Amino acid sequence: MSGALLSLRGVETRIGRYHILHGVEFDVAEGGLTMLLGRNGAGKTTTLRTIMGLWRAAAGEIRFDGRDITHLATPDIARLGIAYVPESMAIFADLTVQENLILAARSGPPDKQRLDWIFARFEALKRFWNLPAGLLSGGQKQMLAVARAIIEPRRLLLVDEPTKGLAPAIIANMIDAFRELKGGEASLLVVEQNFAFARQLGDSVAVMDDGKVAHRGDMTAFAADSALQQHLLGLGMDTHQ
Amino acid sequence: MKRDWIPWLLIPVLAIAALPLIGSPASWVTLTVAGLAMGLMIFVMASGLTLTFGLMDVLNFGHGAFIAVGAFVAASVMLAMAPWMTADSIWLNLAAIVPAVLAAMVVSGVLGLGFERVIVRPVYGQHLKQILVTTGGLIVAEQLLKVIWGPDQITLSRPTALRGAFLLGDVAIEKYRVLAVVVGLAVFAALALTLNRTRLGLLIRAGVENGEMVEALGYRIRRLFVGVFVVGSALAGLGGAMWGLYQETVTAAIGAQVAVLVFIVIIIGGLGSVGGCFVGALLVGLTANYIGFLAPKVALGSNILLMALVLLWRPQGLYPVAKR
Amino acid sequence: MLRSLLSDDLPRSRWLAVALLAILIGLAVAPFLFPGAKSLNVAAKICVFIVLAASFDLLLGYTGIVSFAHTMFFGIGAYGVAIALTRLGPGWDAVAVGVVAGLIVAIVLATLIGLFSLRVRTIFFAMITLAVASAFAILASQLSDLTGGEDGLNYRLPSVLRASFSLADGTLFGVRLNGRLLDYYLVYFAALALVLVLLRIVNSPFGSVLMAIRENPFRAEAIGYRTVVYRTIASCIAAATAALAGALLALWSSQTNPDTTLSFDIMVDILLMVVIGGMGTMYGAVVGAVLLVFAQNYLQDLLAIANKALAGVPLLANLFHPDRWLLWLGVAFILCVYFFPTGIVGRLRQKR
Repeated sequence: MSGALLSLRGVETRIGRYHILHGVEFDVAEGGLTMLLGRNGAGKTTTLRTIMGLWRAAAGEIRFDGRDITHLATPDIARLGIAYVPESMAIFADLTVQENLILAARSGPPDKQRLDWIFARFEALKRFWNLPAGLLSGGQKQMLAVARAIIEPRRLLLVDEPTKGLAPAIIANMIDAFRELKGGEASLLVVEQNFAFARQLGDSVAVMDDGKVAHRGDMTAFAADSALQQHLLGLGMDTHQ
Repeated sequence: MKRDWIPWLLIPVLAIAALPLIGSPASWVTLTVAGLAMGLMIFVMASGLTLTFGLMDVLNFGHGAFIAVGAFVAASVMLAMAPWMTADSIWLNLAAIVPAVLAAMVVSGVLGLGFERVIVRPVYGQHLKQILVTTGGLIVAEQLLKVIWGPDQITLSRPTALRGAFLLGDVAIEKYRVLAVVVGLAVFAALALTLNRTRLGLLIRAGVENGEMVEALGYRIRRLFVGVFVVGSALAGLGGAMWGLYQETVTAAIGAQVAVLVFIVIIIGGLGSVGGCFVGALLVGLTANYIGFLAPKVALGSNILLMALVLLWRPQGLYPVAKR
Repeated sequence: MLRSLLSDDLPRSRWLAVALLAILIGLAVAPFLFPGAKSLNVAAKICVFIVLAASFDLLLGYTGIVSFAHTMFFGIGAYGVAIALTRLGPGWDAVAVGVVAGLIVAIVLATLIGLFSLRVRTIFFAMITLAVASAFAILASQLSDLTGGEDGLNYRLPSVLRASFSLADGTLFGVRLNGRLLDYYLVYFAALALVLVLLRIVNSPFGSVLMAIRENPFRAEAIGYRTVVYRTIASCIAAATAALAGALLALWSSQTNPDTTLSFDIMVDILLMVVIGGMGTMYGAVVGAVLLVFAQNYLQDLLAIANKALAGVPLLANLFHPDRWLLWLGVAFILCVYFFPTGIVGRLRQKR
């Protein structure tokens, strides 16, 4: 597949004595948004962490922009332009919202225009600018975690369950933000449980099952095929429209 | 994480509670200053240790080695400059002390760099081995000190300007203790400013909370850790030099002895918290001096009691560090 | 018979078996093989330290926790007997009171420390035991009315354990059959019995749970073992055994002081014994204890030779000063942790 910004081939990951990923393969197209779906425990989070270098791939290859990043250290992977929003959000509770974003902007003070763009979507961040992030609500922490990933232009965003615990209005803002990003500067790989959100946003889809990718393809086709959804995702996810 | 001031309040509460027990206000002032001086010296030695633990989950049981090395290096320099030390001029005295202290910090810092490489790095993430190997490092370091400086204790007198006491009415305050308080507060202020006002400080605080995420943001936490380890070792050297001048004797066992106090302080403060370490150090220093006056036989036991009380109240120490 | 005595935990290495047998027999015949008060003293010390190191291995090797308070329990046992003999006079009733009191104090303290700090993490436990032990050592030297302070206590042993007590007239192989001989065999057989009991404990189902917790505490907890409870019990058993070793020392030497029972130096010795001998093998503690006591006595002689040879070279000569034997053992200790985490016994077993 040409134009793949990120590609995984035969990736295997072990955590301690547990073998979690058994040869994961999929691509994220340049400028596209790939949804990584699957049941709980299918290995989605482990896949993101392996790409980020937070778990080491025991076998296989991860290429980013044509470069083998399988064995790079996490900071070096990040410096290639990959940002990560973990499921736990991992905001720095002891630091203020501002300080969280200062750290996320590696190349200098956060850009004013960019900040305004973020504030327009996640207004709470402006309101609580000088509050320790630990005092934010769950949804506001999620906004901060996403804001931290997009405070500077990055080429690839890895986002783990961004809609978890968010109010619908904020989900709409997040969809806006991701749409704008993917059209322009960034490609995205998003792990999601909320299928309604996933089908609105995804260009392509990879569905994981038991540590492997069981289905890859176009989101429109997958969204139309309810039997396949039923088969791969079970009852929990099919339709929320 | 609202600012939690209750632990800070413990310091004045403890001091005021001790006043009626001690009776004489003059003794109380003397003891309080002595307690603050002791506490601040311990803080200087402990601050780096608590940060390295917070950043990388590494607890160096050999930290005492840097304290001892600092004391020995400073002692050597000051003994070599004996004429300036005994001169009746504060400037000449300082001209001996300042290079001595700087040399102590540099040597301890460089040793810290080597210690991190050789002793600590191979056992990252393995707590049991870490405890064993760093303890082994302490054993070897203590013996090497004896090889270099000989097995006997070194007597070190304070310079002329720092002997004796200021007299305010019937209150006597030792000059050296005032200096120790000033230096300790300066170190605390510098650390607090760095941690709260600089990007590097933000990175360290973020790393203490969640090192993995700091890496995912593109920063090499190991480099940060080595830096903190070296600074912590240098501060331990500074503290050792101060402690040596305070005791006026230096022995190879000084490190292991003081390290016990350092451990108590960082347990009380909450592993990884510099603020907690500061409060804990002052509490330990004050308690040791008050109890040392009221019931000298149980003075060191009092620190254990203090630790037990704090842990009963807050099992993770005064300022538990939010982890992952 | 032998198999069940050793709780099915055989040496599993010919050389180890030979070494253990040599230690067992060597210590059994030591009074006759190496007559003289000094060498008998060394042999008795070895017996005591074997028990002390083996009980420490239960913690370090089998439970995976580092305690720096092991000498505290050793000292409690020793002072229990010493104080009882000083206060109540040289009788067996005093010995019994001392041993029981020492055991109770040791177990209560171990339980308290365990419940306080084993919930959290290994490092916490190590730090807290270090703090408590150093406070205890200072307390013991301060409470001089009870403990005799820095000088310790000198007391009279029960009459049958004294040199003046004669077991039988005449000599056997040139050795007088007196109370000291009896005392030595008391220490010897008590030590042997305690090591066999420890061996039984680590090979019991309880021991397997300890090792499971050591390998993966979260998993063990998930399966349903209360890790705190198991670790605390292990810590109590180790403390009780250390106290008994202390009691044996007090019964042997008729004097007890902080240097020989409570000091951090002894703690370092125990650490070296267990790690160099081999953690988590029990036999490693035996081998390590023998080796270390020997090293303390003979490494110094070797170093003295090297020291003489290097007399002209300033720093190097100091490096080989006889008093610096601990330096070399410390280096060996660090290398062991890195490269031979199972120590001497582990190496021997690999070779078969």
